[in-house]
Amino acid sequence: MAFSRRSFLKYAAMSAGGAALADTPFISAEARAKAEGGNVKYVPTSCEMCFWKCGAVAKVVDGKVVKLEGNPFHPQSRGKLCARGQGGIGQLYDEDRLKHPMIIDGPRGAGKYREASWDEALTYVAKKLKAIAAKHGPESIGMMSHGSPGDYFTNVLKAMGSHNIAFPSFAQCKGIRDEAWLLTYGHKPGSSCEQVDLENSRVIVLIGTHLGENMHNSQNQEFAEAIGRGAKIICVDPRYSTAASKAAFWLPIKPGTDTALLLTWINIIISENWYDKEYVEKYTEGFEQVKEAVKQYTPEWAAQETELPMRQIVESVRELSRYAPNVVVHPGRHYSWYGNDTQRARAVAILNALLGTWGRKGGMWLPPKANFAKFNDDIPAYPPASKPPLIKGDFPFAGGEGVTQVLRDATITGKPYPIKAWFVAGTNLMKTLPDQRLTRKAIDNLDFFVAVDLFPTETVMLADVILPECTYLERHDGLFKIKTREAGVAIRQPAVEPMYDSKPAWWIGSELCKKLGLNEYAVKGNGMDAWEGRMRRQAKAWGIDYDKLAKHTGYVTIPGSERPYITADNQPVFNTFSEKIELYSEDLEEKGFDPVPQYEEIEHPEKGMYRLIYGRSPVHTFSRTINTQWLWELEKENEVWLNKKEAVRLGVKNGEYVRLENQDGVRSNKIKTKVTERIRHDCVYMVHGFGHNAPRMKRANGSGADDQKLITKYIEDPITGGTGMRVNFVKIIKEA
Amino acid sequence: MPRYAMVIDQSRCIGCMACVVACKRENDVPPEVYRTRVLEIVQGNFPDLTTEMRSELCNHCDHAPCVTICPTGASHYEEDGTVQVDIDKCVGCKACIAACPYNVRYINEEHGYVDKCSFCQHRLKEGKKPACVATCVGGSRIFGDLDDPKSEVSVILRKTSHRVLKKSIGTRPNVYYINQYPKKA
Repeated sequence: MAFSRRSFLKYAAMSAGGAALADTPFISAEARAKAEGGNVKYVPTSCEMCFWKCGAVAKVVDGKVVKLEGNPFHPQSRGKLCARGQGGIGQLYDEDRLKHPMIIDGPRGAGKYREASWDEALTYVAKKLKAIAAKHGPESIGMMSHGSPGDYFTNVLKAMGSHNIAFPSFAQCKGIRDEAWLLTYGHKPGSSCEQVDLENSRVIVLIGTHLGENMHNSQNQEFAEAIGRGAKIICVDPRYSTAASKAAFWLPIKPGTDTALLLTWINIIISENWYDKEYVEKYTEGFEQVKEAVKQYTPEWAAQETELPMRQIVESVRELSRYAPNVVVHPGRHYSWYGNDTQRARAVAILNALLGTWGRKGGMWLPPKANFAKFNDDIPAYPPASKPPLIKGDFPFAGGEGVTQVLRDATITGKPYPIKAWFVAGTNLMKTLPDQRLTRKAIDNLDFFVAVDLFPTETVMLADVILPECTYLERHDGLFKIKTREAGVAIRQPAVEPMYDSKPAWWIGSELCKKLGLNEYAVKGNGMDAWEGRMRRQAKAWGIDYDKLAKHTGYVTIPGSERPYITADNQPVFNTFSEKIELYSEDLEEKGFDPVPQYEEIEHPEKGMYRLIYGRSPVHTFSRTINTQWLWELEKENEVWLNKKEAVRLGVKNGEYVRLENQDGVRSNKIKTKVTERIRHDCVYMVHGFGHNAPRMKRANGSGADDQKLITKYIEDPITGGTGMRVNFVKIIKEA
Repeated sequence: MPRYAMVIDQSRCIGCMACVVACKRENDVPPEVYRTRVLEIVQGNFPDLTTEMRSELCNHCDHAPCVTICPTGASHYEEDGTVQVDIDKCVGCKACIAACPYNVRYINEEHGYVDKCSFCQHRLKEGKKPACVATCVGGSRIFGDLDDPKSEVSVILRKTSHRVLKKSIGTRPNVYYINQYPKKA
């Protein structure tokens, strides 16, 4: 596009500071497009390459998205996007996308489908669901979902009378942590993002959290800012992660012993009088019980248990205490490690409380203060659940997001009652749930299986009906409540029209309601702009200027909502029974669990076997982005990290392809070995999400190895139902 | 005229690759080649390890071997201190690729000319920073005008010890590396 001098001047005049080069020199998306002229359009929207929901601005030229940038107004992006956010165009124009509704035309798993019109596909889905509901009850229809489509199909299921809805973000990820913090503080450690005040922290402790590789935009911006200011990082990880490379203290802990370290730190802080006495006195309950309960955890014992030098254990916690309360022990995110994970999260929560971090600068900011008016667009109340939902299983502290594997188990066993149909939206269950054999078995047991997705994943290709959702760049969603230090509202809106015969999930859900005869639950209004009409009504209810949001900024702040630190007139509110931070949990005690975390030893691998640990790459989001052109190009396959001494012993060379075989005899695809000093001798590591078995995803198919295939064993956390997945041991099989 | 330079604060680089993909898209870089890369260079033995995060790109050298060797004048200096390739003059002989000590040039296979980082000259003309800088999540890449004593790059280079890659070969790069510049006091 030619850029005339005149438009440049207009442009420069618009941008703050004029002549100075700016990172994101624009005030309003519409004004920016006007200044540039031609067929340029800037569309502020929300990214969905991961679930951080950054504000993005799409540059559209002649109806094509040519560039994505971070929205400078949005606190999750601050003018920047990560590699995946930049690569979003690759998802939009991926030729392997699902293009038409499809109905199975052969046995499940054979991959034979026939194209169908939306009308035919939705009529068929409605007929099948109605028949199943009539025969087995609506509760026999279950749903699993991730991301924004979940809301729309939750509506469909609840309207039918089923509340058997579960999100893997709970039991396979952060639900465990959330429940532990709810028990302790009466708050999750964050909703849109963790409430960590990294940019002001003096010391940051990461327990397995690998920022940098685990790429959440604004959090990583703050992490780098902290490093730039000279904050000290204490990184506890059996692997020398990128974050570990920034650390003053890298503690290469023996996997599975983190709680031993945490409880010992708590003991040291208490016995050395390094805790925040005033804070503990004022805001917490149960200090004396904690003091008693952790006495046994001495540094000598911890050194033996964790295989860390005692000096390092003591010096790191001394450093942490010295700068308290302007420090934070990061609450972490993916928490389903060993099956006793709620107690590890409790230990982190207690440690933070003793250091007085909640509501302190550089610690954890207080949640923003904002009340959004209730808005449901006059959708009538849902009918009562036909039978009590089964999705919490026997786990007393399973959250509202449900426990996915409980739904899967019920599908296999028919207990406590049968599950006959699945609705799966935006989640590749084969790569999300542990023990793929059980997932497959459950699917084989289903009478009916509907998948809504962007891509023909291994899970989607087992469905009876496949409904192609359009990408985030082609649809409305929201409005989104964004809770960072401040509260705000963000928009997702289409940069371009949906490609092929794909549709927004809101439309699919709404049309399905109509086909099911549940018109009162459908989106009001007709046509493709019906949801936008709802967004406008919602904005009005919330007192937000919709046009400002849609045309100009993409994000608006709720004024006065930001009160991050404790002051005399800004006291923290703890939604616990005692209205204090419950170091000692009577709720847990009542259900027969340790009211103060106690260390439980777990099983360790024998010689010749390695614990399989897994994690994130900054250029991929689980299995969702592997097929995306530029992201795939940067990282086409994963590698298995193997300690150098072990590699020498096994005769495995760097770059050599091997297979991994787990304790149950399950073998992986071939995977390249990364022989490295960067990992302990007793574990191997790989990035999660690779090794697709999805022939229609041409780039991703067969690239690298699938960690989930090797996770046939999992240990359920008895408190929340989280699936501990780092309990599998593998041996290295050299390729013949 | 400005004299553009980049300063890379290696302490702030978290290896997220946002710069790499931003550049790729901004400049329509062909498949499997890149104008910038991020290297994670780890040394030592477990558990005593050190890492250098090093972003590499065209150094826009003051004494650029690629310009000296170019037989057609396609590779040339511009008044803004950058080294650019005039693709209409390039015959694709690859002499510059061989001459460049930094391995940052590639041949555009589809069109037959050599290409490389331009410091996003088209964006500079629009008053914007290079795409990699604009999206740098860690704030590791800092860009500006060395002729402006008040620019961030000038201030940093005055106050902070810095280095360039392969200094001894005399190319006089305009990409500088530092380790930890406290942006905010």
